Amino acid sequence: MFKLNINGDDKAVDVEPDTPLLWVLRDTLGLTGTKFGCGIAACGACTVHIDGQATRSCVMPVAALEGKRVTTIEALAGKELHPVQQAWIAHQVPQCGYCQSGMIMAVEAMLRQNPHPSDADIDATMTNICRCGTYPRVRQAIQALIAGEGAKS
Amino acid sequence: MTLANPGRRRLLIAGAVVGGGLLIGYGLRDRNRLTPPSGLTHGDHEFVLNGWIKIGVDGVVTIIVPNQEMGQGIYTALPMLAAEELDADWSLVRAEQASVDKIYGNYVILGDALPAKPEDHGAMATTLRWVGFKLGEGIGYVMTGGSSSVRSAWDPMRLAGASAREMLVATAAKRWAVDVAQCSTRAGRVTHAASGRSFGYGELASEAAQMTPPDHPRLKARQEYTLIGKPTPRLDVRAKVDGSAQFGIDVRLPNMLYAAVAQCPVIGGTVKSFDTAPIAKLPGFKAVVPIPHGVAVVADSYWRAKSALQQLPIVWDEGVNATLDSNAILARYAEELEHGKANVYHASGDVDAGLQQAAKVVEASYQVPFLAHATMEPMNCTALVKDGACEVWAPNQAPSIMRMIASRITGIASEHVTVHTPFLGGGFGRRAEFDFVIQAVTVAKAMPGVPVKVVWSREEDIQHDMYRPAVMAKFRAGLDTAGKPVAWFNRIVGASVTRSLMDRLLPWGGMDFPPDKTNAEGAADLPYAFPHQRVEHVLANTPVPVGFWRSVGHSYNAFFTESFIDELAIAAGQDPYNFRRTLLTDSPRHLKVLDTAATRAGWGTTLPAGRSRGIALHESFHTVVAQVAEISVSPSGEISVHRVVCAVDCGMAINPDTVAAQMESAIIFGLTAALYGEITFAKGRVEQSNFPSYDMLRLAQTPLIETHIVDSGAALGGVGEPGTPPIAPAVANAVFAATGKRLRKLPLRLA
Repeated sequence: MFKLNINGDDKAVDVEPDTPLLWVLRDTLGLTGTKFGCGIAACGACTVHIDGQATRSCVMPVAALEGKRVTTIEALAGKELHPVQQAWIAHQVPQCGYCQSGMIMAVEAMLRQNPHPSDADIDATMTNICRCGTYPRVRQAIQALIAGEGAKS
Repeated sequence: MTLANPGRRRLLIAGAVVGGGLLIGYGLRDRNRLTPPSGLTHGDHEFVLNGWIKIGVDGVVTIIVPNQEMGQGIYTALPMLAAEELDADWSLVRAEQASVDKIYGNYVILGDALPAKPEDHGAMATTLRWVGFKLGEGIGYVMTGGSSSVRSAWDPMRLAGASAREMLVATAAKRWAVDVAQCSTRAGRVTHAASGRSFGYGELASEAAQMTPPDHPRLKARQEYTLIGKPTPRLDVRAKVDGSAQFGIDVRLPNMLYAAVAQCPVIGGTVKSFDTAPIAKLPGFKAVVPIPHGVAVVADSYWRAKSALQQLPIVWDEGVNATLDSNAILARYAEELEHGKANVYHASGDVDAGLQQAAKVVEASYQVPFLAHATMEPMNCTALVKDGACEVWAPNQAPSIMRMIASRITGIASEHVTVHTPFLGGGFGRRAEFDFVIQAVTVAKAMPGVPVKVVWSREEDIQHDMYRPAVMAKFRAGLDTAGKPVAWFNRIVGASVTRSLMDRLLPWGGMDFPPDKTNAEGAADLPYAFPHQRVEHVLANTPVPVGFWRSVGHSYNAFFTESFIDELAIAAGQDPYNFRRTLLTDSPRHLKVLDTAATRAGWGTTLPAGRSRGIALHESFHTVVAQVAEISVSPSGEISVHRVVCAVDCGMAINPDTVAAQMESAIIFGLTAALYGEITFAKGRVEQSNFPSYDMLRLAQTPLIETHIVDSGAALGGVGEPGTPPIAPAVANAVFAATGKRLRKLPLRLA
């Protein structure tokens, strides 16, 4: 039994210690907004925040998470959508949408830690794969957020 | 396509089944197509105006979408068509997936695949149509592919909107006791201007739903459109930014179990034996169920199923393909390129004489590798077999086929099989296949009463795809003394994706199929004028299962033809853009697209040091696209693409923002293939397994992309695929401009 803090709520989950956080979120807790893409931390579809850090949950064993705070896409919005989500709508970023939870969580962490990243910073940080090729709009939305225009729709 | 040997077109069944249902409407008049099918459900406060439109008392308009949303924006484009004619309030419009019913059949994929031209009323064509119709009637053909959705739904969607609008107007006019001609509609309301009264559609819906649909509802003229042609926000975006969008893999049902699968690593191999004992006591373990070519391990969570599968001793029967090797396939193709028996797909003039008379002859050979689709959402499917019924939840492009497959496996009549289609996390042709449905239904049948979700690992996804075929081609062209091409010979060698799919779908292996149109699409129908031309294809199937991959035959033929055209321009000592222009005197539509891309890219203007440009033009799915790629090459030979200017003529852009998004998407998809994509086989096994070994373009490698829509007023074309074909040759041509090296193989590698 592992005690986790997921989106501000304490949860006890009865799983094997090597179970990746991704599957605890999706199968045990029903938080399916976090996606499975590769299982080896190569694509970023499973990105969540652990103590505020963007983390690929598909290789993060649940046993390593006691006492840590996990935030998923489901908890990013408050009463209104988060500015990153609003920018995503304003720039019509998603296509199939499968990678976008992870993409949004990665962008949110990047901008929180560095509100004015350079293009090189963005390239180095945003390594999530999008097979639909929404990258041009991802970049536009990030640049709008940097310029403080994220919430504009 | 011109078939030089009509005797070859023996049966159309191949194209008919793959294609969809051009002929479904054969016996269904348009009005019948509006009749609500039995599968159409509605809420307590919601009323069915016709088979495509429901309106709630709250004014919410739900539009039934017969195609599957996989990123291409069809859940927005098709509702726009109905909403335009309905004069709906766009903020109240919602999209809903259609049930599997004939009225939702895709009319046009088959038309595109037909070797018989639509105007052909001869005995052969008529017989083919009858066969196609009977098949269509039996199966239903709700499916998405071939960039056909808007073309297919253009008529019924608009008709449904116009019909519902007239029913709402008639209801309001009756209540007010005025003539319908005095009423107008706008943004979800009927207004009687003379008295200033108005009703919201929600107030009229229950009564309007009782009206007899009009025989001939009036459709708007193009200049009356207020929604079609305007950049319109997607209806599915909100759910895709907050994690609430439901993809197939997100399905959760009471008491649901999870299955992880392992298929024989050798293509076509099977399971010899497995030993359940070592995993029987593992937590949550439920069962091992044999599936075609492999096993499924079922447990109470996916991770437990996957962990148990990894510990399951399996002995494989590698079968007949244990020595299969992609190098050997390519060596065989090189031989077939010279000596294989060819089908002629296009012939005009006398190409041999033309070559003999030419002042200069240019020859070159090209090749492309196998490719996987690698949708971001790995293959998955959930199924439940219970009380003589079967339910399937599958992210899929062909619900009609999935229903047929589930019925075939369970023995349950198709009317008791329900296929649910959640969002697809990418499709690209992969999800027109049905292997994942076979697996889930097989497991569910073995565990009746319990829903089971089958989820593939990424490794299974890469190693058990139906691949874009590896293909080779050679060209021989003759130039006259002025450098004008007078003769063009092109021979292609590769497998037939249609045949491969038919072998999987139908128990008719071994029958004689007509030539697969996709093999020569984009090669046999060039826009350029050549006095003497012959394009032929040598069918060379292999054990590798091949399938429909975004833009299909165009994905390789555009690389071949647009690279070779560039070679001819160089041989003629001419600018590649101007050289193409001189060959397009009879193709004004193509010329305008080419000119637009070149002008917007600043073709001929000076570039920063180290930058070079390449250009390519290609028509596919009735849409013409030209692209100019701006690239640089590092000292170590690494190719970087900095900017792509894209011009597209798709006839009419329903949602211009989606057209631009699809060009961006298709270009990036094509760039991944051009720069990285390669699936190879050794000892019968795929050598790549996950994203490090089958890599994808990421943000850092993505160029600036500018899309310019050319509005020619031509007939509707598709937009999901046509952006992919030109990018590889545009980049290859730019690499030649930069380095003088002609790369004739994909992926493009200088080192």
